[in-house]
Amino acid sequence: MGKFKNSNLMQAWLVLLLSLVFSVTLAAVHIRLAPVIEENKTRETMKNIPALVTGKDNNADLKGEPLSIKQRTIRAQKKGMVKSYAVYDAFDNSGNVMGHVVKASGQGYADKIELLIGLDATASTITGLFILDQKETPGLGNKIIEDTWRNQFKGKSSYAPLVAKKGKSVSENEIDAVSGATISSRSVTEIINIAIGDVKMDIALIPESYNMENK
Amino acid sequence: MADQPTAIERFINGILPENPVYRQLLGMCPTLAVTNGMKPAITMACAVAFVLLCANVVTSLIRDLLKPHLRIVVFTLTIATFVTIADRFLAAYFFQMSKTLGPYIPLIIVNCIIIARCEVCASKQPVLVAASDAVGQSIGYGLALVSIAAIREILGTGELFGLQILPVSWPDWVIMVLPPGAFITLGLMLGLVNWIDMKKNGNLK
Repeated sequence: MGKFKNSNLMQAWLVLLLSLVFSVTLAAVHIRLAPVIEENKTRETMKNIPALVTGKDNNADLKGEPLSIKQRTIRAQKKGMVKSYAVYDAFDNSGNVMGHVVKASGQGYADKIELLIGLDATASTITGLFILDQKETPGLGNKIIEDTWRNQFKGKSSYAPLVAKKGKSVSENEIDAVSGATISSRSVTEIINIAIGDVKMDIALIPESYNMENK
Repeated sequence: MADQPTAIERFINGILPENPVYRQLLGMCPTLAVTNGMKPAITMACAVAFVLLCANVVTSLIRDLLKPHLRIVVFTLTIATFVTIADRFLAAYFFQMSKTLGPYIPLIIVNCIIIARCEVCASKQPVLVAASDAVGQSIGYGLALVSIAAIREILGTGELFGLQILPVSWPDWVIMVLPPGAFITLGLMLGLVNWIDMKKNGNLK
């Protein structure tokens, strides 16, 4: 009995109990707040779609081009796993497809990186990139959110996988990595490559169900 | 426990005599990083205050159950929980601010002010003392952040809380809102605090 009392498990009872209590607390907080956070992200996504699709700066006046945005989900099968992507299609006034935005996420250097990829109507060219959520190292990796870095992606072909390179990029599909943050840069290009590869087959096919909707 | 400071002493000590930034030099990373404007500085101070108060109260409540060799684990667990709650709360209700502060909110977990208070005060003293200690230290931390942020925002942009207060002709010292401005301001403020202190104690010749 004395042996059991001094065992590691008995010594750690407080840690174990607290872990349990705190987990339950965090789960409750998550259930309460997750929908609100999701809503914030959706609002931000919607706000950024016009700029991503038209390739213009966020600050540029987009009033001349009102877009209607519709959302769908594209599922990709990989090694028995199903991955789903939220895809937003942007239409101009007369119902022509202006472009698409794919929401993708993957592991960064510190935590999950969530981003929006803008593609043109035929999904052959990248029209923009927006970082929705990241927790990369301040001062190094978090430079991926800066306009000058993100703008490199504009006009890149979506057929060749992107490569993040140290130093100056030379060839067409190369991206200049943020200095001191090669892993963060590579994570972003990887997420984009995987996402484009996964949705490529389906993205240009606009579902017919859109036409039935009256919005 | 006659030698331990009382609740009121703890409270007053936190504000100036043991100010976490100017006297203890703790939590320098967020102090330098988020003081380029008043709004992020105040948000940061509030988040730290919330975490510090909760962590101190919980630690104090369970102080008799703590095993010496497991206490740091318990502190970290407690702090991490409340930091996560603060982070999620900001992401839900202050989304833009949460994006501005980015990883600095999750990094409160490793902010040594909080673990120092758990170790020095909360794990040894009753709840009331621990709570007033947390409030005092939080006010001290908030004052430090706000003083640095005010100097940097005013000199760097001519604004305070985004409102123009210096004449528009003021040549914005952009360096003040950039990282070097943080070091310059913190250094000068530390010097000033030390100088006042020495003057008060009559050590200045």
